[in-house]
Amino acid sequence: MNQAELHRKLIAAARRNPPSERVPHAFEKRILARLRACPMVDHWALWSQALWRAVAPCAAIMLLLGAWWWFTPAGAPPANDLSQDLENTMLAAAESEQSLDFSR
Amino acid sequence: MERTETDLVTAVLRGDTASFEPLVARYSPRLFATARRYARRESEVEDIVQEIWVKAFRKLSSFRREAPFEHWLMRLAVHTCYDFLRAHQRSREAAFSDLFEPEEDWLERFVSQPSSAAEDAQAARQLVGRVLEQLSPAGRLVITLLEIEERSVKEIAGLTGWSVPLVKVRAFRARAEMRRVLAKMTKEKYL
Repeated sequence: MNQAELHRKLIAAARRNPPSERVPHAFEKRILARLRACPMVDHWALWSQALWRAVAPCAAIMLLLGAWWWFTPAGAPPANDLSQDLENTMLAAAESEQSLDFSR
Repeated sequence: MERTETDLVTAVLRGDTASFEPLVARYSPRLFATARRYARRESEVEDIVQEIWVKAFRKLSSFRREAPFEHWLMRLAVHTCYDFLRAHQRSREAAFSDLFEPEEDWLERFVSQPSSAAEDAQAARQLVGRVLEQLSPAGRLVITLLEIEERSVKEIAGLTGWSVPLVKVRAFRARAEMRRVLAKMTKEKYL
């Protein structure tokens, strides 16, 4: 069977019989009703609205943190400084050996 | 006086949804014909066209008025039809043993005397539908646009958003796929 000819014939058949352009009755009314039921969603508008709403709480948090930092007195470094404790522990043995040498 | 497309689009973007209706009325016949190339059931065709219009309404702000509204809408239509084909990939390994009688008659006429098988026969059209259903979504889209609708490669690239070389590669693959499908059909029937 000549397949190239079959291909050509079938494509020609499809070209000769274009699909119908028939539109169901009152289709445009249905589309409009559907569009009215679900209003247009503008994602950019939603984002900008959310960001504008977030401005006031963010500014309030920033002010509170600023005030807390400003009014907290700069006192002495905390007593339980971990790095200092570690250093003391590590050097404790060396210090005790040194003191023993001096005593002799 | 009839309002131009630009006026209608501007009105819709300002919130006048009713101005969308003339656009729907004007272009729905074209969209139904396009959707009928890819879907067989009328309910599926209606769903596709409805989805195209909903997308068009939602994305209307992305319509640049440099090109006609129809071009923009047809790009949206082709994308929606392609999405439909990908989402409804039925079993493409269906056998050709369940051809209807007129389709079998047409094929037999073609085998015995190719010139006697009329191209305008309804059976031939149904047979094309069956063959196209067995192609991959991209293959079916390319064969439809390139061979049946006789569009240029450049036009197809514009409609699908694919590059020109990609359209050419897909067309080459689609033709090979179609040859395989036709070979399978004739082998199942006549060997």
